[in-house]
Amino acid sequence: MLQAICRALGKRILDFCAASGRLTLLFIATLRRLKDADMKEVVRQMALLGADSLPIVLMTIMCTGMVFSVQTAKEFVRLGAASTVGGIVAIAMARELVPVLVGVVVAGRIGAAIAAELGTMKVTEQIDALRVMAANPISFLVVPRFLAVVLMMPVLVIFANFIGNIGGWIVAHYYAGIGTFTYENSIRTLAEFYDVFGGMVKSCFFGAIIAIVGCYKGLNAPNGAEGVGLATTASVVLSIILIFIFNYFLSIVIYV
Amino acid sequence: MQNEEPMIKIRQLKIAFGDKVVLDNMDLDVYAGETLAIIGPSGTGKSTVIKVLTGLLSPNSGSVVIDGQETSGFDEEQWDALRKRMGVVFQYSALFDFLNVGDNVAFGLRRQLRLPEEEIAKRVSELLQMVGMPDTQRLLPSELSGGMKKRVGLARALAVEPQIVLYDEPTSGLDPVMTMTISRLIRKTQRQLGVTSVLVTHDMASAYSAADRIAMLYKGRIVQLGTVDEIKNSSNPVVHAFINGLERKEEDIDGQQ
Repeated sequence: MLQAICRALGKRILDFCAASGRLTLLFIATLRRLKDADMKEVVRQMALLGADSLPIVLMTIMCTGMVFSVQTAKEFVRLGAASTVGGIVAIAMARELVPVLVGVVVAGRIGAAIAAELGTMKVTEQIDALRVMAANPISFLVVPRFLAVVLMMPVLVIFANFIGNIGGWIVAHYYAGIGTFTYENSIRTLAEFYDVFGGMVKSCFFGAIIAIVGCYKGLNAPNGAEGVGLATTASVVLSIILIFIFNYFLSIVIYV
Repeated sequence: MQNEEPMIKIRQLKIAFGDKVVLDNMDLDVYAGETLAIIGPSGTGKSTVIKVLTGLLSPNSGSVVIDGQETSGFDEEQWDALRKRMGVVFQYSALFDFLNVGDNVAFGLRRQLRLPEEEIAKRVSELLQMVGMPDTQRLLPSELSGGMKKRVGLARALAVEPQIVLYDEPTSGLDPVMTMTISRLIRKTQRQLGVTSVLVTHDMASAYSAADRIAMLYKGRIVQLGTVDEIKNSSNPVVHAFINGLERKEEDIDGQQ
């Protein structure tokens, strides 16, 4: 019994180590092949993966800004700290909420789409077809998606910060009665450009995680429609876990 | 023919997935300019041979020599150099579904030969004409039937004027008329372009009409290799049972071999 548990646990750990190693190797191979990037394809992927994600990102972050303001505004007004609400919402959004939530939304939408697309290509032999036509799948498929997601994430973060703060202001103003000048002044006094910049840097790392995990899971999808489904789910789950883990360490490096 | 050096020489090729041995010390020669069909029941490793010949799968042991080059130990760049001289027709066509028919056929021309666009358009048009699908450049693979996809796959494989063409079940899932159309195209290609072809199939009509020689793969080995007539009149119980579609118990066949 104990032996069976140890064996199962050991197998899981070995599988995890092997997958981590393969992910890292794919990441390194992608960096090495960045020079092969077909910029037309990168721009196409940016439109496909980035621009089309904007509505859902804006909706998510606007609601987050509003709810954050709901939870803080009235309490802060009661404590006589109404002049700090705008700044606190802005800093929390810029440093943590926006990059992480944009990462989660993009992992669910784009990471899944990448894994499903590449997984389908794999099970229908299109990846083999690329290889036998002397087109490297990393140069042709992974590099454009990697660049597109890494470049689009900070752009999404800028838009998300803007809309998130508007959401926060709407609630603070109409729900807690905080004046527009007070709210805006609070943002100007407490928040710095570095807060937003740090969030943008984080989002680049999250974009890299989403693209590499999506491509890895897609390129290694087990055969059949079920395999593509499993790869898609696994890509979203793994991306989100890695985003949270990396977020902790990136926050320490960037803000502490 | 047998006196010359083969274009493809396979010796003692072994492929195993875990405990399951798929190819067991297989030997095979394919000579320049001939079409060799590999026949055998499903799951005997026919498609695996194609994967080994294109470098998509590394053998556990054995040697594969293609046009005088020993491929064991090849890195991806060396394989790419060899692959540029090959065309592969895949079992499920494997057309790139994000590209239209014209761009699928032009893929190799753009990436490998880097020809000017006018010349590419002319070549694509000629190739689609050759496979009986003129003026379909703008269609997407999702708009094509199974037979049309196979024909576009053939046009794509032939676009770069390969010296070696590998066909993986090119007629599976097609109706008898389309099967014969594809088989005739394979024959025509070999006659017109003089390519060396390996045709993996379990469709005997296709093997008889397209191939010069036929090799029967059974349990990871070639059990008989001969001309179309030799295979048709084979006394080997495995070959006889397979080509005539007879259901026989494995022990009976193994006992009679």
